[in-house]
Amino acid sequence: MSAGTAASRAASKAAPGDASTAAGKVAPEHVTHEHVTHEHAAHEHAAPENAAPGNAATATYREAMREAIREALRRDDRVFLMGEDVGAYGGCFAVSLGLLEEFGPERVRDTPLSEAGFVGAGIGAALGGMRPIVEIMTVNFSLLALDQIVNNAATLLHMSGGQFNVPLVIRMTTGAGRQLAAQHSHSFEGWYAHIPGLRILAPATTEDARGMLWPALEDPDPVLIFEHGSLYGVPGPLGSGPVDITSAALRRSGADVTLIAYGGTTPKALAAADALAAEGVEADVIDLRVLRPLDDATIMESVGRTHRAVIVDEGWRSGGLSAEIGARIAEHAFYELDAPIQRVCAAEVPIPYARHLEEAALPQVPSIVAAARETVTS
Amino acid sequence: MSVKNSAGSGSHRELLRQMLRIRRFEERCVELYSGEKIRGFMHLYIGEEAVAVGVCDALTPDDVVVSTYREHGHALIRGVPATSIMAEMYGRAAGCSRGRGGSMHIFDAAHRFYGGNAIVGGGLPVAAGLALADRMRGRNRMTVCFFGDGAMAEGEFHECLNLAALWRLPVLFACENNLYAMGTALARSHAQTDLALRAASYGVAAWPVDGMDVLAVADAAGRAAGAIRAGAGPHFLELRTYRFRAHSMYDPDRYRSKAEIEQWRKRDPIDALVATMKAEREITDADLAVLEKEISAEIEQAVAFAEQAPVEPVEDLTRFVCSEPGPGGKPARRVEAIL
Repeated sequence: MSAGTAASRAASKAAPGDASTAAGKVAPEHVTHEHVTHEHAAHEHAAPENAAPGNAATATYREAMREAIREALRRDDRVFLMGEDVGAYGGCFAVSLGLLEEFGPERVRDTPLSEAGFVGAGIGAALGGMRPIVEIMTVNFSLLALDQIVNNAATLLHMSGGQFNVPLVIRMTTGAGRQLAAQHSHSFEGWYAHIPGLRILAPATTEDARGMLWPALEDPDPVLIFEHGSLYGVPGPLGSGPVDITSAALRRSGADVTLIAYGGTTPKALAAADALAAEGVEADVIDLRVLRPLDDATIMESVGRTHRAVIVDEGWRSGGLSAEIGARIAEHAFYELDAPIQRVCAAEVPIPYARHLEEAALPQVPSIVAAARETVTS
Repeated sequence: MSVKNSAGSGSHRELLRQMLRIRRFEERCVELYSGEKIRGFMHLYIGEEAVAVGVCDALTPDDVVVSTYREHGHALIRGVPATSIMAEMYGRAAGCSRGRGGSMHIFDAAHRFYGGNAIVGGGLPVAAGLALADRMRGRNRMTVCFFGDGAMAEGEFHECLNLAALWRLPVLFACENNLYAMGTALARSHAQTDLALRAASYGVAAWPVDGMDVLAVADAAGRAAGAIRAGAGPHFLELRTYRFRAHSMYDPDRYRSKAEIEQWRKRDPIDALVATMKAEREITDADLAVLEKEISAEIEQAVAFAEQAPVEPVEDLTRFVCSEPGPGGKPARRVEAIL
């Protein structure tokens, strides 16, 4: 992707050396759930337009997503945004701040706290010819809508013999790193990536945050977009518009080891690659971008060159996405491997509140570096 | 059979004909199930016919129906061809869902029939969304959502009634209260068994109806539909009915007494309408025989169609997981095609 270099630069800038430290610097004022100050977000609100969106403009991840929603609402009158606190509050992470004023309450639609109800209503509206963007506050809350997402959105097309496709986009925040404890911090995108009939996206850059929404809305089938909560305040280039939603991106090239990451672990993997480079180890960094269907070709091409793979996933190791990727590498590139596959995942524990415990539970730059080192020395 | 062109014009004869179609179709399904032509779970509507026929009498072809896994009857009277339903139950490619749904998942875009939902309560949010789309696009349509008394214990019911009332969506919530959620009696699973009262607590106009009397159901549905079309927001009908057969073909029916079932059988909705029509000299035994013969011919044609219908090739197993490209490689947009 042409975005690769710029994105990695932006990500590296946000995470020099150690992503956990960098994330710590960014988090308090930018991205804490329900604690985003409207003054701060309102300041951001005007930025992208004043900066004349284009290749050169920069914005935070939050602004990039807001710009994407605004563009979609302007472009297609079938598009509307629906979810808890998307309107009057401005979005629990201030993503939709100002959109109610611009588009009105019919198209920026506050809902009751009824995840199954409004996700299901999104499915029905999609069947009725609309192009809903349904926002769920966090992936933990999406479990209340699991019935609708899995039993209806993902299933109706097949179960109806091809009659009823569901052109629905569901956005939600995922991931840890903000001291929100075990009911606001998990990474269940791997579960959703298990489900046939869904397309699962994980934008890691501002360009993808802006560029993935429109093609997701154009997709005739349901698309889930997972926005890592630690990324909302990270700045980067806005990009020029829609991006592909089918392939992984090589964010950095190196011949010695392949680091495979996505979403919130991408900046950490890039920071780990910087640290490894200082030791003389050059890493490929793959940003998966699309968690279902996985872009096997990009993974296998890289592993075929480096012969070593480290998978970084904020989800748990057992039965998770990292297990799936590892199995695919074993199936398709077993004889290319010069070392056992390494995985850097969340500790098998509900994410705790205390900062030092939470940091210890998550993949961090040092643990990624150590895993990569293990593959090149074994 | 095609759907009527205008709502509420069903004559007694037409209401009778539709109830008989459901009854005879399902009786034939029992035989076919015993002969292992139909497999899986199969839930019969026998005894409840007045509900579907009375409610659908208030609909135009433009209206939308969302149903449950006990939906053969709703599908039939909305105009889904018996051939296509039967072929689906046989698991054939000519089935309305190309053999991927079976008895519980009848879908038909051409007749705006949105299933066939086998998760209790799962169809309600979808119905609310379909109605929301109609309102946002300025289409003067109504969505009917059928569900059972069991669904009223599900959270999705309560979420949806609130949502529909809050947004004044054009939905008719048709609660088929047959007194049992599978094998659990209403009184054993609901603290408040007055279901209309509970619906009314959300600000939805709601009232109970004798679901064994097709004329009472048609009248209530007509009034509710009129109000919904006039913009009065969602309505809820508690249609008090009874299934004469077990929950599914697997169910030994241990939780109901024979005496209870016999009591309800005396209130058979088809017998009741026939008695009314005979009393008013609207039908003779000879007329009935003709009607039965026509219906039998339709059903036998459906069975013959299903028997000879080809199966879906196994190579097509994974089709329809994702939409297939349309002409010129652009993604197909089936949903638009039926709006």
